[in-house]
Amino acid sequence: MNAILPFAVNFGLACCSVGMLCALVRLLRGPAAQDRILALDTLYINGMLTILMLGIGSGAAIYFDIALLIALFGFIGSTAMAKFLLRGEVIEP
Amino acid sequence: MRRPPLVPLLPAVLLAVWLLLNDSVAPGHVVLGAVFAWLVSAAVARLRPLPAWPRRLHVAIGLCWHVFVDIVRSNIGVGRVVLGAARRQPTIGFLQIPLQLRDPHGLAMLSIIITGTPGTVWAGHDPASNTLTLHVLDLQDEETWIRTIKDRYERPLMEIFE
Amino acid sequence: MSAADVPLWAALPAALLLICGGLLALVGSLGLLRLRSFFARIHAPTMGSTLGAGCVLIASMLTSTALAQRPVVHELLITLFILVTAPITTMLLMRAAILRSDRSES
Repeated sequence: MNAILPFAVNFGLACCSVGMLCALVRLLRGPAAQDRILALDTLYINGMLTILMLGIGSGAAIYFDIALLIALFGFIGSTAMAKFLLRGEVIEP
Repeated sequence: MRRPPLVPLLPAVLLAVWLLLNDSVAPGHVVLGAVFAWLVSAAVARLRPLPAWPRRLHVAIGLCWHVFVDIVRSNIGVGRVVLGAARRQPTIGFLQIPLQLRDPHGLAMLSIIITGTPGTVWAGHDPASNTLTLHVLDLQDEETWIRTIKDRYERPLMEIFE
Repeated sequence: MSAADVPLWAALPAALLLICGGLLALVGSLGLLRLRSFFARIHAPTMGSTLGAGCVLIASMLTSTALAQRPVVHELLITLFILVTAPITTMLLMRAAILRSDRSES
């Protein structure tokens, strides 16, 4: 019927993909380890947004659960790596 | 002696999360969620023995609105810094801000508000002198930042948690 | 049941929010490349994780509410989760970076 929402979804998907490319370049180039972790965190957030936009575009409800899981695991992974940089251990005795 | 809140907060929030996750308010889900919420909050009570009793929740509504406005405004600010980075790199800097807020839950909320706003990151806190180290992306005017943190965030948080 | 079936009252604001959210996430990730020091770069992705994610999640709520013809608000869960957790990672990274730069100077 109306083509405005598919256009917006495609636009947002393009934006997120370019953003993920930027984060990927920083991930590969990043001079220090904290740069790489920051880039990985950005990659996770952009990936979650991509999944949500795909969900809007297709109208299927299953994408919501995938986005929730990506948000959960992205947080756990980035926090564990940042904690490792901070203390040299993830779980301290 | 402080008065405990009318509704136990942690089980109420857990029940709300359960209902949102299942996306239904059917009676079966409400009962199951209530049982889960009670079990989980009883199980984690020993992990965090210091209960948070936020009061004066009408102050929290104003605080949320201020935080939302600041997030929108600083998103625009950081966006302009990023897009203008070819001409001028931002002048980053650290600020030392003495705080009056002592409550650990209030400090946690303050750290999340400060870090969640683009352009400022909570960089450390010294418990002995109660001083906050703040990292600012584009440091132009130190007084404005200190006044923003103390008036807009710290005072309402002290009213809520202390 | 797809994006083209969403009625116009929901499609217009959702499209606007999607474009805003995509642009915010893009500018935030671009900041990773354009800013020169790590302490400046750490501020950029916060854009995508606060307002960018918020815009996309509100758009998702709008379209799924319009498609299901009843209020669907479970995206609030992701919003709350992102708002609470993204600052924690940033704070830990900040402290790690301060520690490591102190160590490399001395």
